Amino acid sequence: MKEKLEQIRAAAAEQLNAVGADLEAIRIRFLGKKGELTAVLRGMGQLSSEERPVIGQLANEVREYIERLIAEKTESQKREALENKLKSERLDVTMPGRAPELGCRHPLEQVRRELEDLFVGMGFSIVDGPEVEYDYYNFQALNIPENHPARDTQDTFYITDNILLRSQTSSVQVRVMEQQKPPIRVISPGRVYRSDAVDASHSPMFHQLEGLVVERGITMGDLKGTLETFAKAMFGESTQIRFRPHHFPFTEPSAEVDVSCFACGGKGCKLCKGEGWLEILGAGMVHPNVLRGCDIDPDEYSGFAFGMGIERVTMIKYGIDDMRYLYENDIRFLSQF
Amino acid sequence: MNLSLEWANDFVDLNGIAPKEYCDRLTATGSKVEGWETLGDDIENVVVARVISLERHPDSDHLWVCQVDVGEAEPVQIVTGAQNLYAGAVVPAAKAPSRLPGGVNIKAGKLRGVESNGMLCSIAELGLTTHDMPGAAEDGIFILSDSAIDTDKLTCGMDIRDALRMRDTVVEFEITSNRPDCLSVIGLARESAVSFDREFNLPTPVVTYTKDGDDISNYLSVEVTDSKLCPRYTARVVKNVKIAPSPLWLRMRLRASGVRPINNIVDITNYVMLEYGQPMHAFDYSCLDGKKIIVRTAADGESFKSLDDTDHVLTSKNLVIADEKKAVALAGVMGGANSEIKDDTATVVFESANFLGSSVRVTAKSQGMRTESSSRFEKGLDPENTLPAVDRACELVTLLGAGEVVDGTIDVYGGREEPYKMKLEVDRINSFLGLNVSADYMKRVLERLEFKVDGDTLTVPSFRADCRCMNDIAEEILRIYGYNTIEATNFVTPIVAGGRTPEQKFELKCADTLCAMGLYECETFSFISPRYYDKINMPADDPRRNSIVISNPLGEDTSVMRTTAIPSMLEVLARNNNYHADKTALYEMARVYIPREDKTLLPDERRRIVIGFFRDGDFYTLKGMCDALLKAAGIDDAAYVAESNDAAFHPGRCAKIVFADGEVLGVFGEIHPSVQENYAIDAPVYIADLDFATLFAHSKRDRMFSPLPKFPAVTRDFAFVCDDELEVGKIEAVMKLAGGKTVESVKLFDVYRGKQLGEGKKSVAYSVSLRAADHTLTDEEADKTAKKILTLLERELGITLRA
Repeated sequence: MKEKLEQIRAAAAEQLNAVGADLEAIRIRFLGKKGELTAVLRGMGQLSSEERPVIGQLANEVREYIERLIAEKTESQKREALENKLKSERLDVTMPGRAPELGCRHPLEQVRRELEDLFVGMGFSIVDGPEVEYDYYNFQALNIPENHPARDTQDTFYITDNILLRSQTSSVQVRVMEQQKPPIRVISPGRVYRSDAVDASHSPMFHQLEGLVVERGITMGDLKGTLETFAKAMFGESTQIRFRPHHFPFTEPSAEVDVSCFACGGKGCKLCKGEGWLEILGAGMVHPNVLRGCDIDPDEYSGFAFGMGIERVTMIKYGIDDMRYLYENDIRFLSQF
Repeated sequence: MNLSLEWANDFVDLNGIAPKEYCDRLTATGSKVEGWETLGDDIENVVVARVISLERHPDSDHLWVCQVDVGEAEPVQIVTGAQNLYAGAVVPAAKAPSRLPGGVNIKAGKLRGVESNGMLCSIAELGLTTHDMPGAAEDGIFILSDSAIDTDKLTCGMDIRDALRMRDTVVEFEITSNRPDCLSVIGLARESAVSFDREFNLPTPVVTYTKDGDDISNYLSVEVTDSKLCPRYTARVVKNVKIAPSPLWLRMRLRASGVRPINNIVDITNYVMLEYGQPMHAFDYSCLDGKKIIVRTAADGESFKSLDDTDHVLTSKNLVIADEKKAVALAGVMGGANSEIKDDTATVVFESANFLGSSVRVTAKSQGMRTESSSRFEKGLDPENTLPAVDRACELVTLLGAGEVVDGTIDVYGGREEPYKMKLEVDRINSFLGLNVSADYMKRVLERLEFKVDGDTLTVPSFRADCRCMNDIAEEILRIYGYNTIEATNFVTPIVAGGRTPEQKFELKCADTLCAMGLYECETFSFISPRYYDKINMPADDPRRNSIVISNPLGEDTSVMRTTAIPSMLEVLARNNNYHADKTALYEMARVYIPREDKTLLPDERRRIVIGFFRDGDFYTLKGMCDALLKAAGIDDAAYVAESNDAAFHPGRCAKIVFADGEVLGVFGEIHPSVQENYAIDAPVYIADLDFATLFAHSKRDRMFSPLPKFPAVTRDFAFVCDDELEVGKIEAVMKLAGGKTVESVKLFDVYRGKQLGEGKKSVAYSVSLRAADHTLTDEEADKTAKKILTLLERELGITLRA
C-alpha cells in the first residue's frame, strides 16, 4: 500500500508538471470521489491497527502534496494566460484618438469675457443698452447737439430723424445715470455701428466696451489708476500706460490712452509699427453738462469714462491682421481659439 | 491742417527744434500730429544755372548741346531735347549725379555720342505744376523768369530749393472740432510758442489806403437781416486792381499748405484764411447790383450757381450773400459764379464775416459742398477775428501791388458778445486732477494762452469758445503741465456689489453648454438684405418682414435690421460649405430687432440662440442639443410639438418647443430642401432658433438635491404594434400617466417597420423602469402597474402588446 501511495505521488507529479496539463482532470483523477487516492484511503480498513496511522499519515502527505502542486500550477497557468492576453492586446498608441469636438466661443466674445471679468473683479457691474437708439442718448445727452461738427467723426446710420444705430456704447452712460444715482461703477460692452465700408481695419458694425465711474471726489488720477490696473492685468504686469490730450465732447479733460507694446516691451516692433505704444482707449473726466443732464450735480460729484474697441484688443491679442476674419466665420478660423 | 513751419516762424521762432521733437511736443500738449514731411528732401544737387550758349547736336535734328554756368570755374556741358532755351536763360540744372522727385537719378552719360553732365529740368521734373509756377512752359525747360521770379537776386550754383523756396517742413495736424482756432498758422504758432515756452509775436496788420478822399461808403452798404445767423459782417474795397500771379514766396506757402495758387486776389483770401483761420471771399464789384450787400436767407426754390459751376436750388434754411437782385454767395460755403474774380476785375470787395456754425453746416451738407471755408465755420469761429483778417488782406494787397485799398471799413456787428469771465478755482482743479500745481504756474500758462488773469477772475479769449467751465480750464493747465505727470491712484467709494446679474450668468452658462456640445460661436452682422427673407421662403405677409430700415445704408446687403437670425446662420454655413468644410456646427447669440407698432419707439431687441450645422448629425442630434440646453436650464416641462407651417423648414422634420404655460421657446429642424438649394449647400442643414429671454424666464437656477434611491428598480419590457403615424411621445405620455409615481423612466429602445407588420404599421419597444421610494417593489406590484399601463394604452390609443 505504501508503494501504491508513492506511485500515486509520482504519477500525479509527472502529470501536473507536463506542459498544458488539465489541472481539473488531474484533480478528479487523483483526489475526486472516485479518484485513485480516495480508492487507497477506502482500502485503509483492511490494514492492521499498527499500519493504519503510518499509512494514513503518508496518504495525507500525498494528498497535501498533490493539492499544493495543483494550487501552484493553477496560479502559474493563470499568470501565463494573463501575460499572453496582455501581449495580444497591445495597441499602436500612435494611432489617432477619437476626440470629442470641443466648441469654443468667438474670439471677440472671449476677449469681451476677459475684459468683463477684469472689471467685474474691480467691483464693476455690466449693463446692456439698445443698439437701435435715440439720437438723444447717442449724441445730445453726450454734449453733442444737432449740427455739432463732432458728429462728423462718427458717420452714423439713421433709421428716422431721431432714431439711429448707436455709433458708440457711450449712449449707455446716460441711460445708467438716469436710472441710478452715484456711486456708479459700470461697464457696457456691445455692438456699435458706423457707416464705414468693410476693409482690413474697418467694419460698419463692431464692438466697444464702455466704462463709467461716478462718485464724490473721483479724480483724473483715479482714471489713470483704473486703466493702469486694467492694462497690467490684460497685457502683463510690466505694461505702462500713456495719456495724450484729445477731445471728446462728453469728457473734459479727454485723453487718448496708449499702452506700452507688450510684444516688444516698448522698444518698437511690427505690431506697434515701431512706436513702442499701442493706442487702445479713449477716456476722460465726465463733462459737467452730461452729469447735469442726468440730474447729477457736477459740483458734488465727478466721474470718469473710458471706451475701447473690442476688435482692436482682440486683433492685438491674437495677432489677427485683417478684421474681416472676425465676421467671415470660417470654421478654420473659429476653431483656432 | 497742414502747417508750414517756415510760415509759423513769422510768429514764433522755432529754430533749433528738430521736427520729431516738435511733433512729439505738440501732440503731448494737445495738437495731435498725424505726420510731417520735409519738402525738397527728394531733390539733390540741382542748382540755378545760366545758359551760356547752345548749339545743335551734330547727329540730331532736335537735341541741343548747352554750355551752362553752374557757378563753377568751368561751364558744364548738358544735352537737352527742349526747344524753349536761349542763351542767357536762367534754368534749373541737375548736375550729375543728382536726384529728382519720384526717385529719378541723373548720371553723366552720352547722348548720341555727345557728353552730357546732367539735365536741365522742367517744372514737372521738380515736382511743380503751372499753378505753382504760372507762365512756365509745360513741355520745356523751366525758365525761371517766365514765372514772376526775379532772377537778378539769384546766383548760378545756388541750390534750386533755396531759389524756389521749396525747403520747408510741413506738419500735418489732426485738429479736433473744439479747436477751430488751431485751423490757422497763427493758432498753431500760439500753441507752439506755449509748448516750447518761446515768444509769440502777432503783429497788427497795417493798412495803407488811398488818401484821395474816396471812401467805402461810395461803393457799398451792407444789411444783415439776422444777426444770429450772421453775427458780424466786415468788408473792405480795393480799387485799381491788377490781377496777376502772386509772388513766389506766397505761392510756395500756399503750396506747402496744400492750396493751389490762382491769382493775387484769390490767393490773398486763401492766404488770410490759412494764416488767421478766417475764411474770406472776394467779389468782383462790377458784378454787384445796387451798391448793396444783403445777408439774408434764400427764398425756397431760389437758384444759385456756385463758382465751381454747379447749380443749386436753395431753401429758406440757406443763408446767402446777395445784392439787390440776386444771391452772389452761399454764406460761408462758396462764392457765386456770377461775381467771381476774373482777369479783368478792377474793383474787389473783400468779405470777412462770421456765420453761425450750425447754419453753415446745414447748408454745406444739404448742398453737398464741404469746403475749406464751411468746415471752419461749422466749428464756430471767433467774430473778433474778422477785422484783423480783412486788414491783413488789405495789407497784402499793398505789399503785392495788387491794387489800391479804399479808405474805410464796413463792419456790421449785431452779434457782439461780452467777453466770457469765470473763476480760476486752483484748489478744485488740483483735487479734480489729482495734482498739486501752483496757482502761479496756472496763471502763467493761462496768460500765455491769452487768457486775462485778474486775481482769480479769468477772461477767456474770444477765440476760445471751448473754455466755459472748470473742467476746460483744468485741461488747459494739464495739457501744458503734462498729461503723464498724473499719478495713478485708487479711488475709494462706498462698496458696490458689482458682478453679473442672474441673466448675465445664465448667458455664460448657455454659452458653456453650447460650446461643450462641440459648437463654435459665430458673429454675424445685425443688418441684412430684405432679400434674405425670400431666401428662407418667408411668406409675403409674414409680420417678420416688417424690419427696421436704415435710411442711409452702405448697400442693399446691409439695409435692414434683421427680425430673424436664421438667414445669417445660413449665409455662414453656405460660406463654409463653399470652402469645402467637411462638417460645420455653429451657434450664435444673435440679436434681432422687432419693430413696435408705434414707430417713434425703439424696437424690441431680442437675443436668439441660433444653432446650425451640416454633415454633423441629423434631426435627433439637434433635438438632443435642445434637450441638453433645456437640462442646463433646469427645465423639465417643455414639450416638442411637430410644426409643419414654418416655410423655412422641412414640413415633416420641424418642431416647436412649447412650455407648459403655452409659451413657445422656438423652433428647430431640418431646413426645407428648397431653402437649402437657395444657399447651395450640398447636405441637409439643421437649424434651431430659440428665444434667450424666454429660456431664461423658464429656467430653474436653484437646484435641490434629491436623495439617491435606496430600493431596487424593477424593469418591464413591452413591444407594441401601432400606426406609423402615431407619435411615440403620445405613447410615452400615456405610460407615464398610467403608471403614476412608480414609473421612474420610459426608454424607447427599438422602432421597427417591416412587411410582416403590414403597410403603415410600426413596432415600438420600451423598457420601463419601476421603482418605489420606500420599499422594494414586489412582482405583484410591478405586474399591477404594467397592467394599468397596458389597459390605458389600449383605451386611449388602441394599441396592444405585439403578439
